[in-house]
Amino acid sequence: MADNVRPRVKVPKKAAAGEVISIKTLISHPMESGQRKDGDGNTIPRSIINRMVVDFNGENVIDVTLEPAISTNPYFEFDATVPESGEFKFTWHDDDGSVYEDTQAIEVG
Amino acid sequence: MKRTAMTALVAALIAAPVLVAAGPDDDTLVVNGEIEMTTKAPAPAHMEGTGIDTIMSGWHFREDETQALQMDDFDNTGMIFVEQAQEVWNTVEGTEGKSCASCHDEASESMKGVRAVYPKWDEDKEEVKTLAMQINACRTENMGAEAYKYDSVPMASMEALIAAQSRGMPMNVAIDGPVRETWEKGKEIYYTRYGQLELACANCHEDNWGNMIRADHLSQGQTNGFPVYRLKNTKLNTVHGRFKGCIRDTRAETFAPGSPELVALELYVASRGNGLSVEGPSVRN
Repeated sequence: MADNVRPRVKVPKKAAAGEVISIKTLISHPMESGQRKDGDGNTIPRSIINRMVVDFNGENVIDVTLEPAISTNPYFEFDATVPESGEFKFTWHDDDGSVYEDTQAIEVG
Repeated sequence: MKRTAMTALVAALIAAPVLVAAGPDDDTLVVNGEIEMTTKAPAPAHMEGTGIDTIMSGWHFREDETQALQMDDFDNTGMIFVEQAQEVWNTVEGTEGKSCASCHDEASESMKGVRAVYPKWDEDKEEVKTLAMQINACRTENMGAEAYKYDSVPMASMEALIAAQSRGMPMNVAIDGPVRETWEKGKEIYYTRYGQLELACANCHEDNWGNMIRADHLSQGQTNGFPVYRLKNTKLNTVHGRFKGCIRDTRAETFAPGSPELVALELYVASRGNGLSVEGPSVRN
């Protein structure tokens, strides 16, 4: 597992029904591209977050494929319409098989 | 008539890019909607004769998108390192079985105001101490732990944790009394031309701030925002790391991070920012 990987998510605590809210996510990760060489000329192996998935109450909201050109600490901001109270579930998939998760509840009313 | 109009048009075309290019803006820096930063302040008295009346944070010289990153802790990538340092703060290291928290409790309380007065005089050691030197003194003398490399990421992260507790407080380093000699030495270095390009700090940051240096904006070279998260290298950068980069760019042999020369320079440059808010960890490009 890459060092110091930690997901961070910012979701408003409350929203009106049908309101479009802004969600910010950031995961600290080196996103080593696999293109670089170390001091001895050896290729540094690729190690990136390759997929990020967000679900709301079990329904998929976004599903992103990340490529090696994406820089360190990938940050995603997107809008979502929330029809009801529930829980956003965020999942990041690492090249090494690790899965990082975070959940955030939102109250609609 | 026609010719005059043409000339005026040409003049306008030539002038326009220069006008929009490089100067500081008038935006206001408020972090998380609550910490109001002083990013412009009257120059401290010792800067009389430098031609700078108003000292300005480097934040004003960055583009809106970069500025915005510093206005919210979620967007400020430097805060990732603060979080990591907070864990280190509570982690026992070294032979004495102590963590930072063993002596200093909560950083949010004990470290308030600390960043604003460093570098400062150490009575016992009878020397000017930077924050980094103090962190390493704590580690080696009190904790029995290994010193951090002076301009390394763990050091920068710990500095960021400490700096973050003073955000919004004015920089206020002492320049008189026992530190005076070091301060004078720092001032001398600031005005000494180094390297094949024969550039002193002052040539860029005093004589030409607000102008372009090739594709980049020259700021006043203030240190109130350190440690700085730089988009170009995606990590926190220390003051000495930055000094090293600057001196290297003059094609000179640089002083080593942590050397007496850079400590003196840090004190002098910090004193040129007395009155600006502590911003660290700030975001620049």
